Amino acid sequence: MVNLIGFYALVLGLGLSFPIIFFSIQNFINSKILDKKLIFFTFLQFFLVLISFLGLIISFINSDFSNETVFNHSHTTKPLFYKISGTWGNHEGSLLLWLLVLTSFIFLFFLRSKEQPKKYRILTLLFQQLIIIGFFIFLLKTSSPFNYIFPLPSEGLGLNPILQDPALAIHPPILYVGYVGSSLIFSSALSAMSLNYISKEWAKHIKEWVLISWIFLTIGILIGSIWAYYELGWGGFWFWDPVENVSLMPWLVLTTLLHCILVLEKRLMLTSWVVILSIAAFSLSMCGTFLVRSGILNSVHTFANDPERGLYILIFLFSLIFLSLFIFFFFYKKNEKDKLSFFLVSKETSILINNWFMMYFLSVILIGTIYPIFLDVISSEKISVGPPFYHKLIIPFLIPFLFFMTLGPKLKWIKSDLSDKIYLVIFFILSFLITLQITKHLETKFIFNTILIIFAFHLFFITIKDFVVKRFNNLSQNISHLGFSLFILSILFNNLFSTEVITNLKVGETFSSDKFNIKFEKLSQKKIENYQSIIGKFTIENSNGIIEIMNPELRIYNQPKISTSEADIKTDFFSDRFITMNIVQNQEYFNVRYQTKPLMIWIWLSTLLIALGGITSFFKKKI
Amino acid sequence: MKVKIFQVLIIFLFVIIFLVFYKGLNNSNIYVPNKNLKKEIPNFSVKEFSSNIKIDSDKIFLDDEFYLMNIWASWCVPCREEHALLVDLSKHKNLTMVGLNYKDNFVSAKKFLKELDNPYKILLTDPDGLISIEWGAYGVPETFLIHDKKILIKIIGPLNENDKNEIIELIK
Repeated sequence: MVNLIGFYALVLGLGLSFPIIFFSIQNFINSKILDKKLIFFTFLQFFLVLISFLGLIISFINSDFSNETVFNHSHTTKPLFYKISGTWGNHEGSLLLWLLVLTSFIFLFFLRSKEQPKKYRILTLLFQQLIIIGFFIFLLKTSSPFNYIFPLPSEGLGLNPILQDPALAIHPPILYVGYVGSSLIFSSALSAMSLNYISKEWAKHIKEWVLISWIFLTIGILIGSIWAYYELGWGGFWFWDPVENVSLMPWLVLTTLLHCILVLEKRLMLTSWVVILSIAAFSLSMCGTFLVRSGILNSVHTFANDPERGLYILIFLFSLIFLSLFIFFFFYKKNEKDKLSFFLVSKETSILINNWFMMYFLSVILIGTIYPIFLDVISSEKISVGPPFYHKLIIPFLIPFLFFMTLGPKLKWIKSDLSDKIYLVIFFILSFLITLQITKHLETKFIFNTILIIFAFHLFFITIKDFVVKRFNNLSQNISHLGFSLFILSILFNNLFSTEVITNLKVGETFSSDKFNIKFEKLSQKKIENYQSIIGKFTIENSNGIIEIMNPELRIYNQPKISTSEADIKTDFFSDRFITMNIVQNQEYFNVRYQTKPLMIWIWLSTLLIALGGITSFFKKKI
Repeated sequence: MKVKIFQVLIIFLFVIIFLVFYKGLNNSNIYVPNKNLKKEIPNFSVKEFSSNIKIDSDKIFLDDEFYLMNIWASWCVPCREEHALLVDLSKHKNLTMVGLNYKDNFVSAKKFLKELDNPYKILLTDPDGLISIEWGAYGVPETFLIHDKKILIKIIGPLNENDKNEIIELIK
């Protein structure tokens, strides 16, 4: 029954697109004011998708195995929380969630754009409907979440245990708001371009949506990364995995877009940048969906896939790209002002320079991600691109990037000079001395890292100084930039000062080094509803004589039968201690891996700070 | 004029990207492990496809007999391509066909076999892909010729006529 309701709500929702398009066109040509019917239909479409989504959640809660999606991804012994989060832990359900966010956003857009011209609002709705229809058909045709199974199976197949985790339960919805928000920016940019309505007012209005997408994308990536850190059990937080990269690319584009929008709002410049970035943000999000869901790449995020889906998204993606190229080439009129008034020393120049750096970082990641696919198709040669590629190409260029990030906010719009900027030099010398103090005991071979630390400290001190001197003037930018400098610093120190021990131990044995002793005390067992576990007890004594007890775990889940290794992590403000154990085949020995990772928590906190800057900007009263 | 050329170039670039992605869809995987010949087969226990009963691998692979183990999935396009050759090979008397259904959905896997014929004498299922990893397989399809619990040859990707002839030659 719930299955039927869910399915027909979707069909009706798709059907509603026709009256929406019909009335939009009518309204676009004829009347002066916006037809209230459109808002109603848009709401109804959202409401139908909501019903369908709730229907799927109910099926998951009731473990209704006559539904194929539920059968494939749930199990009666799963805790309620994971039954619910299982709704979007699979391809079909996550697409339904995607559609839900898509329809809710266009409805919210109507509510938030009352001062905008009627034609612009309707055209945005039309472009957004194209995307919505595309996803409706995709969902209904290739991945319906409401397929029946007959005869009724008595038990489901279960959710992959590494997905049974609180962070991962909220990671997809948050990330989707970020991705889908970019679809609205896309539609809005196309519409503003067609109507030649790219103006300061438009910039002010769309900035809100850019901020929302950017904030959610930032937090979504952060949660995914935290999950990878404690769940995958190798103690890293970013692996340059293709799927991580496809989320980072829209993020870079949105960050750049955010800065360009500011320039557009103040100076009516960089219009081409804004338009192209708006299109790119959504195209890259879709491209990510394609790479992940088509099975062209292999990763944790690949659901059991089918090439028909890949083909559909591919055609859909490129139709949208060609449509936007068409509009860009034929409708876009370049603003003459763009060429006129760039002075070398000004805020907009430093933003422009950093835009180019951002585009460079973007191309490095783009090439690293899709070049292996190209090479495979063209020459059948297989390569894999790993972290060294990204590190070598990105780290050196972060140095000038940080410099302009420090300098830019200190300059004025239009034209500025450097005569009163002596304090920049003073702080730079200070940063240099501090870095020297920290790194002199290290035989660091990485000259770039040292220089990078200097520049990151520089940015850090300058933003701190602004907090003290300027108080709340430009608070949001200060918070984000402070966050970024902390982010770079904590990653660098984390890399430079991490230690790691990998050894085989059995119960009762002790591993000793000059820094710490690791003693394997005992093993115990525990049985929980959906898994059994073996828990090790280790005592770690460091050189200061402080003793800490750590309990890494090995879990064997019952449905499906998979064993996972749960790290035990002790966190404080200065460092993380991280321990995992694994069974060595057919022996009483366990493979033990112990890591100390300084400033780990600051990586998360600083990313939160970056997002917090966006949040303050969002809630700041417009003066 | 300059602008026009630029526009054409951009469109051309995107067309190329489209074509590459389109072709890439049919190559299902990026990583290929080395061919390991004469390697012992791993010990594992696995569920039978339709009954879900667990079987140990040494009950399946007996000494002195030839087995052809094929890892497949209904969602994999190259599997569809090679399927006719597997059906041909299943007619050879001294070869036992073993199928390992990889990360698949029960309903569509059954439909696949109904539609294209079932060449497998023993059909096993590997819903989470763990057994395939033990075999050193990273993608589908992959095929192993096994004798005396040793892997004689391993074919990555879909079988072709040459592979088929090589297998027939070996089991004579």
